[in-house]
Amino acid sequence: MSKIIIVGAGAIGNAAAYYLAKTGVQVTVLEKSPYIGNGGSSRNGGGVRQSGRHPAELPLVMYGVKNIWPSLSDELGMDIEYYREGNLRLGKTEQHLEILRGLVKNAQAGGLDMRMVDSAEARELCPYLSGEVIGASWCPTDGHANPLLVTLAYYSAARRLGVTFVSGAQVTALRKLRGRVTAVVTADGTVYEADGVIVAAGYDSRKLLGSVGLDVPMNPVVLETLVTEESPPLFYQMLGTAMADFYGHQSTHGSFVFGGTHGLEPYADGSRTVGSSISASSTCRGIIGFFPVLKELKILRTWAGVIDDCADHIPVIGNPAETPGLTVGCGFSGHGFGLSPVAGLLLSQLALGQETALPLDKFRCDRFKAKV
Amino acid sequence: MTERKLLSDLVPQPDDDMVVCRCEEITKGEIRRAVHDGMFNIHEARRFLRCGMGLCQGQTCGRLVKAIIARELGISQSELDDATGRAPMRPTEMRIIASEVFGE
Repeated sequence: MSKIIIVGAGAIGNAAAYYLAKTGVQVTVLEKSPYIGNGGSSRNGGGVRQSGRHPAELPLVMYGVKNIWPSLSDELGMDIEYYREGNLRLGKTEQHLEILRGLVKNAQAGGLDMRMVDSAEARELCPYLSGEVIGASWCPTDGHANPLLVTLAYYSAARRLGVTFVSGAQVTALRKLRGRVTAVVTADGTVYEADGVIVAAGYDSRKLLGSVGLDVPMNPVVLETLVTEESPPLFYQMLGTAMADFYGHQSTHGSFVFGGTHGLEPYADGSRTVGSSISASSTCRGIIGFFPVLKELKILRTWAGVIDDCADHIPVIGNPAETPGLTVGCGFSGHGFGLSPVAGLLLSQLALGQETALPLDKFRCDRFKAKV
Repeated sequence: MTERKLLSDLVPQPDDDMVVCRCEEITKGEIRRAVHDGMFNIHEARRFLRCGMGLCQGQTCGRLVKAIIARELGISQSELDDATGRAPMRPTEMRIIASEVFGE
């Protein structure tokens, strides 16, 4: 197989393009937006997190943290601001600690080094915690990276290797020829032909897969993020809470990037990436409740992004049996960034018909069944 | 549709050291380099370099950055979008955004 089309120039599509180009394959990436990486890839909180993962996803992200993330800056020729300084998930009540103990149990069952720490040890790890924190879960190998740079570094490196990127090219349908998916059609009627097609288009993947009779049950859900002004370095762990009030980290630049949920996300208009009036306030209250020291820090910017939330909240990664030539990577459900390097690698292997680095049975496209 | 073709070699210019984004101290040369690395619009340049991502959010340098990108690509500035404005309009303390009590 010598020519592959990738639909979607997000972190995952760009990573797949890069790994394919390294094997000498001819790749064309088609991106709907005029801007590369304009979806969730440039709008997320940057977590490279193993703790709190669905058990099915754990082997994938652990593979990435072990084999890809530590050398990614060298591999791509620029600093993607990866920190492996651990993840603290904080609790203030016995009920919170119960949730955290559950996460720790799941993680340990999957072979991840994660444990509970008491308030004294939590404060030793991060001295800026509120006095109300009574305990936390701790995963020392978790971390974060800069999602804007990861997305654009894969793009830039793939482009240097000869990958063709076309922005403003909205793919509207996949096409089969003699039973194989070997072409895509864009909004202006242009047909691009190849030996195989990778769909990594976030929520838009649903409509594209529909054009060849496949369906991945997922919804677009709006999530919101904010960034502060620059601050002297305080701590470089990834942070979260038992109730997911907020999550975030301090970046290389010195600013803090925080995301948060306010509870009304399912009722937002999923077609717009505009912040709601309640989100930033809610997230700031969450942050101040755990880090009072940050309350005078100024917010510079808030934004929103759309996640492709799958029915069982884990992605589809595979070659559907019904559609030879087609490789699918979508439904990452808001935790795709930490998985993006490994997902790109796996998609490149799937598209080439190679044995994948990890088993992908749990991510099959045909796993969704009616309840009766 | 824009194909992200590789550009001809980057030729140094005498004022490449000039600071264009003052908040983040990004120079003209860095912006030109980024265009050659594939950043073909102000959105990608911002994400790649942080130009226009500092305290003033690009209100000072936005037009200059656009002009440099357009010249490097050999296109008209009018073919490039402006950066997206984001709330809050001025940097605002977390404690103020967090408060929902009027007058507090």
